[in-house]
Amino acid sequence: MFSFPNLGINTPILNFLLVGVGGQGTILASNVLAELGLAFGHDVKKAEVHGMSQRGGSVISHVRWGEEVHSPIIAKGDVDILIAFEKLEALRFVDQLRPYGVIVINDHNITPVTVSSGNFIYPSDETIKEAIHEFTRRDYWVNGVKIAEELGNNKISNVVILGALCGLLNQDPESWFNLIAKKVPGKSLNINRAAFFQGISEIAKEH
Amino acid sequence: MKRLLSGNEAVARGAWEAGCSVASGYPGTPSTEIMETFALYPNVYAEWAPNEKVGLDVAIGAAYAGKRAISTMKHVGLNVAADALFYVAMTGIEAGLVIVSADDPSMHSSQNEQDNRQYAKFSRIPCLDPSDSQDARDYAIAAFNLSEQFDTPVLLRLTTRVCHTSGAVEVSESQANLPEPGKYPRNPLKYVMIPANARQKHPVIEARIAEIAQFAENFELNRVEWRDTDLGIITGGIAYQYAREVFPSASILKLGMVYPLPKKLITDFAAKVKKVIVLEELDPFIEDQVRAIGVNLFLHSEHDSREYPMTKSIFPVFGELNPTIVRKAAKRAGLYNGEIQDSDWKVDVQLPPRPPTLCPGCPHRSSFYVLNKLKVPVNGDIGCYTLGVAPPLSTTDTCGCMGASIGVAHGASVAGDKERHVAVVGDSTFFHSGIAPLINVAYNKSNVITIIMDNRVTGMTGHQENPGTGKTLQNQETVSLDIQALVRACGITKVLTVEAYDVDLIEKTLRQWLKEDGPAVLITKEECALLPAARKRYISLEVTDQCNGCTVCFRIGCPAITKSAELDPKYNRPLAEIDAALCTGCEICAQVCPRDAILFRNQMISKAN
Ligand SMILES: Cc1ncc(C[n+]2csc(CCOP(=O)(O)OP(=O)(O)O)c2C)c(N)n1
Repeated sequence: MFSFPNLGINTPILNFLLVGVGGQGTILASNVLAELGLAFGHDVKKAEVHGMSQRGGSVISHVRWGEEVHSPIIAKGDVDILIAFEKLEALRFVDQLRPYGVIVINDHNITPVTVSSGNFIYPSDETIKEAIHEFTRRDYWVNGVKIAEELGNNKISNVVILGALCGLLNQDPESWFNLIAKKVPGKSLNINRAAFFQGISEIAKEH
Repeated sequence: MKRLLSGNEAVARGAWEAGCSVASGYPGTPSTEIMETFALYPNVYAEWAPNEKVGLDVAIGAAYAGKRAISTMKHVGLNVAADALFYVAMTGIEAGLVIVSADDPSMHSSQNEQDNRQYAKFSRIPCLDPSDSQDARDYAIAAFNLSEQFDTPVLLRLTTRVCHTSGAVEVSESQANLPEPGKYPRNPLKYVMIPANARQKHPVIEARIAEIAQFAENFELNRVEWRDTDLGIITGGIAYQYAREVFPSASILKLGMVYPLPKKLITDFAAKVKKVIVLEELDPFIEDQVRAIGVNLFLHSEHDSREYPMTKSIFPVFGELNPTIVRKAAKRAGLYNGEIQDSDWKVDVQLPPRPPTLCPGCPHRSSFYVLNKLKVPVNGDIGCYTLGVAPPLSTTDTCGCMGASIGVAHGASVAGDKERHVAVVGDSTFFHSGIAPLINVAYNKSNVITIIMDNRVTGMTGHQENPGTGKTLQNQETVSLDIQALVRACGITKVLTVEAYDVDLIEKTLRQWLKEDGPAVLITKEECALLPAARKRYISLEVTDQCNGCTVCFRIGCPAITKSAELDPKYNRPLAEIDAALCTGCEICAQVCPRDAILFRNQMISKAN
């Protein structure tokens, strides 16, 4: 059983859904989560759809931990933790959460072409927050891009978010970071480490 | 130790462990990573062939020569390779031959949905259908053994969800110890399919498939999992996972080999459960066969909707399954009483879609901008450049399968269509199946104008090498095909190669050619903007205060150009703005701007100094 009473989670299979936009490191983050699950001795499945994502589309990855995991896809309404690397994508997938599920949101927007061309409006922060609150109040916002930029590499907001998740689940940071370290280029190890721990302390602030 | 492998990585692993040493295929989602992974193993030969037909012929050639071989492709690739499939089904092989077809239910990145298990039945060869990464590795190994045991190619059929799901896999560190191949076979009765020999062969392969069906009765890949006997589920492939997820207490007959089927195993299973159903994705492939055996499947009364047509008794015949779809269908049939969390919960906000688009800096963009201005009918093809169909470029009128563009344009021309047709094709697609139709244009003298968009890579599927790039799959230097010389050799005399970013030259050339008669080929050449070498050249451009919001630059559909919040004081319309994080400095916008309000690269450089 996975029990996180403070997050309202008590389940035999822990379902993570990671969503973002091509180029945000969503896939790397889901690889880390899947490897972590395996390292902790769980059965693991990680499913993603490649293909058109490189061309500015949404990226979706399902990661499941459990004693025996069957379906690679998480059923609608069964997501325990939604990790959104972009705000609009958070809104697009929030209905996948189980009631009162947890959502970790990178407070960042990437304008889709349908908005830049003037055909659609990017919803305001208040609209997004309100809509998310219809589903859950367990929403955790982290400005991963700002933190990553301050550290000097705006590409590693995904690692900040992983840090936040680690903090939220009250996990051992070193065992998490060891795995991340294997997936990032050696020369950027220190800055990734800083990003990861910064993510942890951001969540501590929110609590 | 268990490793986390995707289904594709697991197939490559299994093939390697089975001692497969030759692989030839053509990229195509969701199959591509099998070759990319296999190519990295020691002591193997792996290549990208120009198309799937060539790839399969090569693998067949290696298997005739006594080496275990594999050929990989996406589902539609097997349509291209079908001619080869049918002869090798007749001849058999010397060493194991595995044909991998990766199907794409729900068409995540495909032009159609087809169930390639049908090809196994059609050509009388066995078909294995793994349901996760461990299966994928194990079945790849089993496929080679089966191939040699019965002297037949084996179809290893995957689906997107198996290809692109990672799971824990138990692997072996050692490879099968295979004998050295003997002398190349001189066996015309077996390998020369002239009618006299082929006629002898047909009864042989019918007997072979009957024999394999017999073998299937005790084949370890087909297994019964006894649980509650109220409900029995016959399933295979990815659907097995949904069966376990949705019906945890049901008994299951898992068919690892979905063709040919074990009659006795199925009837015995059906006899021991109260209700028996088939759970499978796409076609009623298992279902039809099970019915033909005479098993009474559980039916429910309503067969009326489009989603649940007559041909399948319970589950939808199109689209990928998932637990929610399976639960809903089962509920409808009275087989599931649980809650379905298909929340009427819906976000109440209008969500801007995020459709795929041509990337910032894409060298295809300029041609589509010009074609849009010229208003000619455009027969498109398959690749990144299919995105020319999307607004605001909106410049593709047809797109069917790889290589279709030039033939379809030629058809309109010989049919006497009053408008002049332009065919648009990418470099990899041209090598794949564009050359023969171009020869046809020259030979049969139509006036098609073809644009070959040479972005120096197979882009859509994630940057694979091809005969134009000068590199092989295993990273060897090689010849780089000269497209212009090839076009001339096809019999086309009017050929020009231009820089793909040169909007004016493309426009001038096409306008001139449209006035003249006869076929012509324009090659627009520029590296894909996502290639590492191209990335090094990125400079972001800027809009100056000359902009008056005229909107011309919006019409190129570049994600880096947005409408700013600032309005032009005179016309009260939004000014253009360039997102520095996205702009690559391709200068297409700067060229089309009528007021020179966008700085060119050299202006940016001198401004910086
Ligand atoms: C028969 C077949 N094989 C493979 C594919 C997968 N596929 C789609 S586009 C494409 C390559 C396109 O490359 P290219 O023509 O160079 O155009 P680019 O994407 O680089 O613009 C491939 C291999 C397919 N759709 N059909």
